[in-house]
Amino acid sequence: MAKAFDLKDDSVVVVIGSGAGGGTLSNELAQRGINVVCLEAGPRLDITDIVNDNATMFSRLSWLDKRIGTGDLNAALPLWVCKTVGGTTVHWAGASLRFQEHEFRARTVYGNIPGTNLLDWPITLQELEPFYTRAEDKLGVTGTHNIPRLPGNNNFKVMAAGAKRVGYTQVHTGNMAINAEARDGRPACRQIGFCMSGCAIGAKWSTLYTEIPKAESTGHFELRPDSMVVKINHDASGKVTGVVYADKSGALQEQKARVVCVAGNSVETPRLLLNSQSSKFPNGLANSSGQVGRNYMRHMTGTVYAIMPGRVNFDRGTQMAGIIKDESRHDPSRGFAGGYEMETLPGFGLAGVASNTIAGAWGPEYAKVIEMYDHFAGMWLVGEDLPQVGNGVTLHATDKDQHGMPVPVVHFKDHTNDIAMRNHAYKAGTAVYQSLGATQVFELPPFPSTHNMGTCRQSDKAQDGVCNKYGQAHDVANLFISDGSQFTTGGAENPTLTIVALAIRQAEYLVNQLSRKEM
Amino acid sequence: MMAKAPNRREFLCSTGSVAAGLATSGSVVFAPDYSWALSPTAIDAHTAQTLLVMARQLFPHDRLGDQYYAAVVDAVDKQAASDAALRKLVAEGVARLDGARGIRWVELSNGARSAVLKTVEASEFFSTMRTATINNLYGNPLVYRFFGFEGSSVEHGGYINRGFDDIGWLPNS
Repeated sequence: MAKAFDLKDDSVVVVIGSGAGGGTLSNELAQRGINVVCLEAGPRLDITDIVNDNATMFSRLSWLDKRIGTGDLNAALPLWVCKTVGGTTVHWAGASLRFQEHEFRARTVYGNIPGTNLLDWPITLQELEPFYTRAEDKLGVTGTHNIPRLPGNNNFKVMAAGAKRVGYTQVHTGNMAINAEARDGRPACRQIGFCMSGCAIGAKWSTLYTEIPKAESTGHFELRPDSMVVKINHDASGKVTGVVYADKSGALQEQKARVVCVAGNSVETPRLLLNSQSSKFPNGLANSSGQVGRNYMRHMTGTVYAIMPGRVNFDRGTQMAGIIKDESRHDPSRGFAGGYEMETLPGFGLAGVASNTIAGAWGPEYAKVIEMYDHFAGMWLVGEDLPQVGNGVTLHATDKDQHGMPVPVVHFKDHTNDIAMRNHAYKAGTAVYQSLGATQVFELPPFPSTHNMGTCRQSDKAQDGVCNKYGQAHDVANLFISDGSQFTTGGAENPTLTIVALAIRQAEYLVNQLSRKEM
Repeated sequence: MMAKAPNRREFLCSTGSVAAGLATSGSVVFAPDYSWALSPTAIDAHTAQTLLVMARQLFPHDRLGDQYYAAVVDAVDKQAASDAALRKLVAEGVARLDGARGIRWVELSNGARSAVLKTVEASEFFSTMRTATINNLYGNPLVYRFFGFEGSSVEHGGYINRGFDDIGWLPNS
């Protein structure tokens, strides 16, 4: 039974965002009897709104409010994230990997790399392990806790055969939050394809049809879709007291709160803090360190497509159920710090392949490439990029959105380490396909960023970051960062599992704090 | 035995561009065999014919009839009806193509048309038309099936029993 809370009810925890961080946190709190109001900027879709059409779902799910990308993000769409209930868990591919032990100690292990703002996490893998376990159980991650792996599709079989030929050994269908067998009310995957347009049968974990309805059934949770938070208010002591949001009609409302948790993804989270500046917090809320909006990371990414000697039909089946892990280690002898994963990735339909395979290409030769569509194989390369103080989110001085909120400017430039890693990864991916006689191989530059991290990072010392190891703001005790923004560094792994593990851990911390009336 | 003389359509196909042979009459562009026609409302017939030829020139596929390229022009025309900036962009783009060699661009040889297109590659007109062609040609279910993209699968139960792992040519080692 969904609940409705009064705007003046200052006993509620307000969670901003309903994706991997916000949706999970909301449910974890509600399950423990904490009253939660979740404000989601996007609309609430039903699973029947999810169709197998890339273009339709792109416009239905994507965050298309104006964002200005600069540096390497100078594109019409700098980021590809979602504005919908469930957030980017509707769009994500489902890859659920734990960070490696050394990735929590990147500054110590990688050393002082010029141009970076590296820092060790204030937590260790050991501390997070119990929460990774709970996260894997919640998501039903294949290959963990005796949950069977998915069967491999054609695109995986090509990658695996090539991997074997070049000598890779850690190759399987991944750790996926997609059911191989029915589990927790979700059906088994039917190898539909289109995972990233939303799973039309709900075999893939998304907060849209897991955490959100589960939270609603507790009677301690209210979801307000179409509610864009524009400001967080505070009192004279510096504690936050509520949030101002634009409702569906555009009218501004204030919801009172005893605790505010921000999970708007790594652009909107710092944007909101920066826009909540006041005479007490002139540089933005929780920003005494000056680190709000800084150290934006998006992962080193790239894609390799290859035309194979036979038919592949790479769009058939689970899109990212396939991984080569051998390159994910930290091995500076390769010429860069950190590592990367190689994961299967098909095209986004024929139109996607035509627009992405060679940017800007046209004419008879390129038409012949497109005619080989059913012979394409593809993989995504995703690795650790390093935090840089100049990469980040700022507010545009004059340009405002439909709610009068300054448009975010997102700046990103690759570090030389990112470039060296990408070049290594392109060669490695190419070798996999060439070992099987690929007739043509294409190296595609990064797509609009889907992994966004680090703009409100965790730090041991208040001067180095925005929040502590529980995501609690150093400057404001009842303000929490609850999404990938809190990542101190990015690791090589797709971030969702870590976001979920941190949200479960944060919920436990919050429940303890609230029960001890420390907030 | 004499080889059969090519008919008009086959001849035009062999030049690498069927669309260049299309007839216009008033505001309508006709297929050579009158099997279909394009009746733009926001752009004139010459502009429509030029965009049609351009769409094929960008992504020429012998396996596709002109009606699929006409769908691109139709989409541009529909958008142009409510988008004055697009109408202007298209009109100026076509004028630039026509002005390049002193005769109308659609009347140039295949090679000359490509050479002229190459000179406008960096223009907004070109990138707009390229994107419109990709979306409305390759995004058309009647087209993408020619290329082995099978489109929506959920209504068929996905590929779990329809060949998601049916690859047969991979080596055993």
